[in-house]
Amino acid sequence: MGITGSLSRLLLVCLLLWPAMATAQVDDSEAQQLLTALAESSFAEKKTVVNRIAGSGDERARTWLEAFAANKLARIESTGQFVIVLSNRGRNWDVESATTGESLGEISRRDIDTIRVNNSLRNELESILSVIDLKSPDENSRLTAARALKGNVDDGLAQQLPDLIEAETASDVQLALTEALAIYRVEEQGDASAVAVLSGSLNSEARAALQNAARSDDPALAAAANKALESIEQKLKLNRAAETLYFGLSLGSVLVLAAIGLAITFGVMGVINMAHGELIMLGAYTTWGMQQLLPGQPGLALVLSIPAGFLVAALAGIAIERTVIQHLKGRPLETLLATFGVSLILQQLVRTVISPLNRTVITPDWMSGSVMINEALSLTLNRMYVIGFALVVFAGLMLIMRKTRLGLEVRAVTQNRAMARSMGIKATKVDILTFGLGSGVAGLAGVALSQITNVGPNLGQNYIIDSFMVVVFGGVGNLWGTLLAGLSLGTINQLLEPWAGAVLAKILVLVFIILFIQKRPRGLFPQKGRAAEG
Amino acid sequence: MSIKKHVKLGLSALALSVSLNSVAAEDPIKVGILHSLSGTMAISESTLKDTMLMLIEKQNAEGGVLGRQLEPVVVDPASNWPLFAEKARELLAKEKVDVIFGNWTSVSRKSVLPVVEELNGLLFYPVQYEGEESSENVFYTGAAPNQQAIPAVDYLMNEIGVERWVLAGTDYVYPRTTNKILETYLKDAGVSANDIMINYTPFGHSNWQSIVSDIKKFGSAGKKTAVVSTINGDANVPFYRELANQGIDAADIPVVAFSVGEQELSGIDTGPLVGHLAAWNYFMSVDSDANYDFIDAWVEHTGKEAAVTNDPMEAHYIGFNMYVEAVKKAGTTDVEAVKDAIIGVAVPNLTGGYATMMPNHHITKPVLIGEIQDNGQFSVVWETPSTVAGDAWSDFLPGSRDLISDWRKPMKCGNFNVVTGSCGGKAEVASN
Repeated sequence: MGITGSLSRLLLVCLLLWPAMATAQVDDSEAQQLLTALAESSFAEKKTVVNRIAGSGDERARTWLEAFAANKLARIESTGQFVIVLSNRGRNWDVESATTGESLGEISRRDIDTIRVNNSLRNELESILSVIDLKSPDENSRLTAARALKGNVDDGLAQQLPDLIEAETASDVQLALTEALAIYRVEEQGDASAVAVLSGSLNSEARAALQNAARSDDPALAAAANKALESIEQKLKLNRAAETLYFGLSLGSVLVLAAIGLAITFGVMGVINMAHGELIMLGAYTTWGMQQLLPGQPGLALVLSIPAGFLVAALAGIAIERTVIQHLKGRPLETLLATFGVSLILQQLVRTVISPLNRTVITPDWMSGSVMINEALSLTLNRMYVIGFALVVFAGLMLIMRKTRLGLEVRAVTQNRAMARSMGIKATKVDILTFGLGSGVAGLAGVALSQITNVGPNLGQNYIIDSFMVVVFGGVGNLWGTLLAGLSLGTINQLLEPWAGAVLAKILVLVFIILFIQKRPRGLFPQKGRAAEG
Repeated sequence: MSIKKHVKLGLSALALSVSLNSVAAEDPIKVGILHSLSGTMAISESTLKDTMLMLIEKQNAEGGVLGRQLEPVVVDPASNWPLFAEKARELLAKEKVDVIFGNWTSVSRKSVLPVVEELNGLLFYPVQYEGEESSENVFYTGAAPNQQAIPAVDYLMNEIGVERWVLAGTDYVYPRTTNKILETYLKDAGVSANDIMINYTPFGHSNWQSIVSDIKKFGSAGKKTAVVSTINGDANVPFYRELANQGIDAADIPVVAFSVGEQELSGIDTGPLVGHLAAWNYFMSVDSDANYDFIDAWVEHTGKEAAVTNDPMEAHYIGFNMYVEAVKKAGTTDVEAVKDAIIGVAVPNLTGGYATMMPNHHITKPVLIGEIQDNGQFSVVWETPSTVAGDAWSDFLPGSRDLISDWRKPMKCGNFNVVTGSCGGKAEVASN
């Protein structure tokens, strides 16, 4: 520890003086020497070199270290020149000189030796960069830096931290730094007084430090740590319950989205459409297509995919209805087989025309990551959007079915086709529009699913069984039933999963549904009245 | 068959003495390609078919083998396991191919195995698998568990200092057998049962929320934790996405995967995955001239600048070259002669070394550990100092421990029990 300790202390002094030295530049031969050392040493030795570079006070050091962490610092094999790789895709890479910043154009990959980095180095780099960031005028980057320090504080930094905490103006940064220091004290010095700071903290590093302390030989420390852990566990339990509920709702909303289109075509119209999954797939592929059309704007493409996905899937649905389903009216078994064939055809079509490989659909920035409620509970953003989207789609469908002329006609045709026709409703037109609506909603589900799962030819297959399950469980022909069935099946599944495992949880849910259907063959919300009896 | 073949052999020898060229024109060497071009496995297998076509084309441009051209015979078993057996029979009995390159999943290989043995064909199998098998007619050019899983665990244990292990896999034979081997291996190395968490998920699992949250919980016990993933195919994308969304990065809990390669990554936004690991015997990013030449040829063959190469492709490259060398050595495509000739044949691999066919029909391979980069490639952070020979029967499974395989004469046995000293000492295979 001695040598590295003093080395890092020295480094820290340099780092904290960083702004003052910012204009300095080491001369080219020294820069070349530093980078050569980085290129030629082993991973263990690279750590020292990284610290030397950080301590050199060169204004380019940060650029080098960032490029190095991103695996983009390289050496040209033939000339020995150090470069920063700007684009590293394909066989020729776009590079610029690491020392002068001048662009060198495209160079063949054969000639580029990337300087290798690994996880532990990247970690080291991160804490070096966060020490620099602690001095940043921007409060957010100070906060990120302070949080990154938890569990990463070394001797040198620990001595500086009290001053930094005192000087800090933002209270949450101060709190994070205090916790970081307390973790260090508990871990390295076995300081029982620091335990108090950590009690109630939900940070995993803090908990790890306390757990280690609870096993220590010092009875005072162990007792204090155990007490702190107890209060943390209490809090964690609550958080975990909230988390499970969120997981359940999010899986449920996915099920609802996948099933709600089917609730219209199967539930309301009575058509067993095995190609429903492939309509979902078409929606997902539309999202991919939109992103190809609008490169660099994944967010806009995603928003535009909502109407586009609806249209594509609706048109495909109408085509299926006109060519296959209408000829098989009232023959459910033939419909099932024919639409199953359609589903295989659509899958293979995508495989042949587009590719058998999965397509990359980019998640826009505003949908990635999570909202941190506290350090133990964060809600993933993409799932949150999907929950919201499912509810909006559901509300929209309810509106259409209840408040519009189309909804009225659909209900009339499904309840008594002959009577509706004699009242002047064009039943064929209603069939087309209803099937188009159901299919379009499947397309919407595809747009949403493209954000949480693979976009590939098999996408639909994974959801078809689940969709039928939800519709049948909810009660055929009832949209509320579909919503409630989807959400409750999702929650039950997520409650079971932690102790039963994913495979068994799925089986248990299926068994539950089978038993339920035995008891109540018409599902949660059976249709009532003469139409249902017929 | 043997009389017919001998007559044919005699005739061609006669013809050979008369004129080399006339034989080449009459009698091409038929190469069967048994990879799914439709169905769920098309995603992985169709590129292997293209790889084979490219290799055959190149060999033909160089004048073929023994002055004979190679003729590919492509069939589509459509990701349907029983159909694999039928198509294999069609290739051997009807098309009379000299050799088959094919299969991806273990279950499809198990389905083809009895057919290849019955009709005495040759099969080159290019994918990493669970071991516990050795057939006289099959050559395993992918990794056995000791060429992938065990070195990866060693790396995590010794270089990263991992003390707590999550073994996560898809629920089928390869992950279950591999995890059984790893569990024994870890326990032998002194890891307590409390520090091992085993989790299985169904094929195509897409809702990883609670499992990832469990892993996070498991990993916050104050000991360095890693996930060893045998999660297959499509399920990986949502798994990694969930890891990133729940804020687990490679510095906290690294995931080392055995089924995620360049091709799988080409379907993912790899930004959040940087630093997670994979263990293979080849990476597209490997810095060797043989590899760069291979990539150039592949880009040219596919016509796509962004085409990626992966480990099973290298296995076919090695397997094909080994077959060519063995045929040259034997001077004939006769199955028995090639089987004898191929043992000990060494050909260059794509990582700058050599691969040798061992008597147990497995090959020597270097083991590489790579970290995922933001461009969908891997950067090699560790490799075994020398190549590792594939072990058909794992030393970490009861029953399998005492078995060895050696197809050289006079032993000629795939499961020789060294304790009882007899061939056919059936192993108590972990699962079927």
